[in-house]
Amino acid sequence: MREMHGYAGTILRVNLSTGTVSREPLSEDLVSGYIGGRGFGAHFIYREVPPGTDPLGPGNKLVVAAGPFSGVFLPSGAKTSFSAKSPATGLYGDSNIGGHLAGELKYAGYDAIIIEGRAQGPSYLFIEDDRVEIRPCEKLWGMGAIKTEKALKDELGDEFQIATIGPAGENMVVFASVNHDIGRQAGRCGMGAVMGSKNLKAIAVRGTKSVPVADMAGLRKVADEMFSALAANAALKVWQDQGLAQVTTWSNSIGALPTRNFRQNFYENAEALSGERMRSDIHVRDKACFACPMATGKYCRARHRGETVFLEGPEYETTALIGSNCALGSIEEVAYANYMCDELGLDTISGGSAVAFAMECFERGIITKEDTGGIEARFGSLDAFVEIVKLIAARKGIGEPLSRGVRAAAAAWGGGSEDFAIQVKGLEWSGYESRGAPSMMLAYMTCDIGAHHNRAWSITHDIAVGRNVIEGKAAKVIELQHVRPLFDCLGVCRLQWVELGLPLEYYARLYPAVTGRQETWDDLLVKSERIWNLVRAFGVRERADFGRADDQPPRRFYTEPVPDGPLAGSRITREDLDRLLDEYYDLRGWDRNGRPTAKTLERLGLGDVAAELLAKGRIS
Amino acid sequence: MKLDAERCTGCKLCQLVCSVVNFRENNPKKAGIRVVSRLFTDARYDVVVCDQCGVCIDACPVGAISMEDDVVRIDPNMCTNCGVCVETCPNGALFSHPDVDYPIKCVACGECARLCPRGVLDTLADVGKVAS
Repeated sequence: MREMHGYAGTILRVNLSTGTVSREPLSEDLVSGYIGGRGFGAHFIYREVPPGTDPLGPGNKLVVAAGPFSGVFLPSGAKTSFSAKSPATGLYGDSNIGGHLAGELKYAGYDAIIIEGRAQGPSYLFIEDDRVEIRPCEKLWGMGAIKTEKALKDELGDEFQIATIGPAGENMVVFASVNHDIGRQAGRCGMGAVMGSKNLKAIAVRGTKSVPVADMAGLRKVADEMFSALAANAALKVWQDQGLAQVTTWSNSIGALPTRNFRQNFYENAEALSGERMRSDIHVRDKACFACPMATGKYCRARHRGETVFLEGPEYETTALIGSNCALGSIEEVAYANYMCDELGLDTISGGSAVAFAMECFERGIITKEDTGGIEARFGSLDAFVEIVKLIAARKGIGEPLSRGVRAAAAAWGGGSEDFAIQVKGLEWSGYESRGAPSMMLAYMTCDIGAHHNRAWSITHDIAVGRNVIEGKAAKVIELQHVRPLFDCLGVCRLQWVELGLPLEYYARLYPAVTGRQETWDDLLVKSERIWNLVRAFGVRERADFGRADDQPPRRFYTEPVPDGPLAGSRITREDLDRLLDEYYDLRGWDRNGRPTAKTLERLGLGDVAAELLAKGRIS
Repeated sequence: MKLDAERCTGCKLCQLVCSVVNFRENNPKKAGIRVVSRLFTDARYDVVVCDQCGVCIDACPVGAISMEDDVVRIDPNMCTNCGVCVETCPNGALFSHPDVDYPIKCVACGECARLCPRGVLDTLADVGKVAS
């Protein structure tokens, strides 16, 4: 087989129902069309998961994929994408994870694993180079996600990189996470629930092989420049000290910090949740993903009611959604709540949002102590937070509707609660309240997996060009929706670019050195646009009524002005939202119902997808 | 060796660059250094690398190991890959790899020290200078 530079060269396919393991050579079409990581996920999920498939049934597939930069000599080639049909949204979903898994997968000889079917009983996937086994693990079932990782490391050795689920994943909570390296999560879109639905408790990987590259001398030159630039960066120290926890104070100062279920975007007690307080009060050790000088992971200790726990975090998103959004009182309280979510295997973003939603429903009398089983579900109560997430993970009491996400809980509880169920497409909103940031609002509305920030983190653009400006914002969102997911395809972290300003030119130079493919950054952006449209096409194929209605924020954001803080009084109107969407769809080459036109799909090399959707009468 | 593992963040860039420099490959298992996570038990990382103590020189049954310019070196042509040095090393700093027919150890090239983002390996840079 021809060596494919930048790739291990093999896709591993594991069918848990039949217990069969097979290997497929990586095809040139796949690599040139979809790069890797999220691109591989989108390709396989579109092609192999037909419409109507139950996301939590054996017909769904889970794609675990590294990218060409993963495990290669460059800063933080550490990203693994998990893709499947999402149980949270019923659409394509993916979430990526840092740590040390991506490189290890390639060292074992695989660019991706496609996991199919459902094991008869609790199992984990063991991979050590060519040896691949589906192993029973009855004794791990029910165990916390971090404890499971420790148990497997104790048994297999520290060199195994392990991804696990907790009880929430086993019980198929739709926002269950995949955990790795103690505190790294593929948190979004319920990838942990998909693992749980397959009776797959963990994946353990160790590899001893090399990842071939096209031009080692060229790669070393670029990588050396990148490592030197990072080392010389004056901002590196604060990232090493506080990681993403430093964002909390900034977010609060600009009126973006989700507070009390997104009623507010300014938290009066934010100082107690700051990165400085994390560092001074609970920090134990800095902890890095693979080959990363930033080391944004913060290993911390938290005490609560006589119990001492260790965890990685909290970082910004967790602090925002668990901390200010549930109005907790200290960074140590946030850390303890973070630990509970990690062990239970719950996404801290959706988990925090679900608890905040329950707290607001409780405050308004939509649910009562009778419903909560006696829990005083008040904002600010860590005890309430802990009790509620336990109920969610177990899917008992109020935890049952909440375990299906805030959209489903609002449908179950009524009372007007859908207006403040803060989600898009069924995925809870992450850490930027956006009434005063139209491009960020649009980014959340149009994010392909639901209300997630990282596809187009454009809030700095709103600040730069004007918080109330509407014109031109759609173009910026689209630009970022192509650039940022490209990192998820390449299998490399984007923080070194976003936060420390490493020019994109470095990544453009890395690509031919690693892969031998003489393609420009613009060529890669076309592939990213192709992937974006393929994901959109998945929704269009899935549901006859999929479209513009799926791109709407909750009513709270266009009916309630911001009550206090630096943006007090500001709001975004329904008309503004429509203008943003119209401009966005037009620029994308989609119709005004948010569906790609056949012409657009054909332009992107998705002619067969266009034909399929035309035949179904879904596009024109 | 006075390396300061207290500062290690576990990123393993040292392992990666070691394989790149000494084998021209991307493969952290083909490296003369290891980062070991002790987070679960001791909330820290360990860094395992040769301190050039030379205990393996006498242990080698075929005389394949020698000291050159303060650096302990294994002659791949003489080595029979019997594994005695690996077992003898007091630091556990000689590493077997399935595709390499002799144990891999630090040759004090200093590249890991140069790139370590936390200066864990400052002292190795000095050894590297001696070696070059």
